[in-house]
Amino acid sequence: MSSATDTRVVIEPRAAVVARPTPYGKGKRLLQVAGNLSTRLAAVVALALVWEIFPRLGLVDAVFLPPLSTVLADWWQLLLSGQLWEHTEASLIRSLSGFGLAIVLTIPLGLVIGWYKPVANVLNPLLELFRNTAALALLPVFVLILGLGETSKIAIITYACAWPILLNTISGVRTVDPLLIKSARSLGLGPLRLFQKVVLPAAVPTIFTGIRLAGAYSILILIAAEMVGAKAGLGYLINYAQYNFAVPDMYAGIITISAIGLIVNQLLIALERRFSTWRTTS
Amino acid sequence: MTAIHIENVSKVFEARGATVTALDGIDLQVRAGEFLVIVGPSGCGKSTLLDLIGGLATPSAGRILVAGQEVTGPGLDRGVVFQQYALLPWRTAQGNVEFGLEAKNVPRRDRAARAGEYLDLVGLSAFHDRYPHELSGGMKQRVAIARSLAFDPEVLLMDEPFAALDAQTRDGLQDELLRIWERTGKTVVFITHGIEEAVYLGQRVAVMTSRPGRIKQVVDVPLTARSATEDLRSDPEFAHYRHEIWSLLRDEVDKARAAELKEVARV
Repeated sequence: MSSATDTRVVIEPRAAVVARPTPYGKGKRLLQVAGNLSTRLAAVVALALVWEIFPRLGLVDAVFLPPLSTVLADWWQLLLSGQLWEHTEASLIRSLSGFGLAIVLTIPLGLVIGWYKPVANVLNPLLELFRNTAALALLPVFVLILGLGETSKIAIITYACAWPILLNTISGVRTVDPLLIKSARSLGLGPLRLFQKVVLPAAVPTIFTGIRLAGAYSILILIAAEMVGAKAGLGYLINYAQYNFAVPDMYAGIITISAIGLIVNQLLIALERRFSTWRTTS
Repeated sequence: MTAIHIENVSKVFEARGATVTALDGIDLQVRAGEFLVIVGPSGCGKSTLLDLIGGLATPSAGRILVAGQEVTGPGLDRGVVFQQYALLPWRTAQGNVEFGLEAKNVPRRDRAARAGEYLDLVGLSAFHDRYPHELSGGMKQRVAIARSLAFDPEVLLMDEPFAALDAQTRDGLQDELLRIWERTGKTVVFITHGIEEAVYLGQRVAVMTSRPGRIKQVVDVPLTARSATEDLRSDPEFAHYRHEIWSLLRDEVDKARAAELKEVARV
């Protein structure tokens, strides 16, 4: 699961910069932008059409896969009744809390580990072990220790988000161009100012890559966590709807969660680009 | 007056269980305000020598004095210019020049003015708000030179600063550097493996031996009015000095090559 996510997240920023200015006129450029847009939307539109037509033609069972229009109508109803917002709010609070906690806790930790080589050498095997253990495998442990409430859900999201941030922060600090450090040292900069003025700014883009990956994880893990012992949230909605055979509700929940995932990722990509202009163009 | 006093300096490295003597008993005096070039075959330890003067490494034996003070670490009395520019990529040209001023704790309001002044000196006022990736190699090195001059060190230490540039840019920057040197009166220690560059720039040229690095000979290059001569490089006097240094270096380059081949054969 995680490797598939990685590729998706890495490829997207390149796909997003297709609209390059060309030596042609304005009209031609507009046409090109429209062309690019239609290329990028083609597959999504095709999927929507299949989803709409196949159940109607009886190619798939309309009970298990209702036509897209039915699902969207149901989604609209959920939105109007306020239910959708209630679940979304519960989910976002969990996601953002876990994500935020992971950022606050692991960036300082990663900076320390990356900066002090002995610490890194001691902790590295342990980090490798944990990072290769799927976060969801630990969900029962979290529930066992922290109970079924919010704490265990936020904790598992924090845990899952911590790894990409931690590992990227460590590597960001450790891969600072040694020449920059040498040059700063030649100016007589002490270790503290060297860290503040050279190491930290140099590591920011790498740290942001970790934050972006963590953002994706926070949504992915959330849904699984909400399927266990939750009373609200989109994961709960999806699971509960399935139990009660409210199939359109289930799909409405799924659509909502993928939209949120997409938006969060786009926001983080924009933020990442803003903080690393000097790196991407060099 | 002596600006830099290098006294019987040696440097030994431990590499993969073997000890390598990079520098062996270096004695060298650099006069205040002088432009001294150190030239030697690759791997002769000339960059190591510069690191020692810069305080970025400590000698295994002997000592180095800068303005009468023994070097114990880096300091703002010496400015280092590296071959690969070493500019902070997230800062503009102006920001990079200010970096050295921050290290010197120059008050914030004075920094901008002083950085501007030195960018002007290297002819880059118009590019003050550009980031390193928006500048050419020659421009980057100009920014690096401005950065090292702005905090007003006594000595400028330059480690093959033009080696990564194309020939035309290099020629231009050599003239520029001479002009800046004449204007600021700094003591310059300039490292190169280029003989022409050494003769063109140096009032004196110290020729080093292949490893272990020693000073083979110091050649005076009394070419007067460098900047006044139209095409100094085709001057017969220039050719004379170039030949002299070339002869001194030839044996060393051969020796260095033989040593290298032996090393490769052993691996």
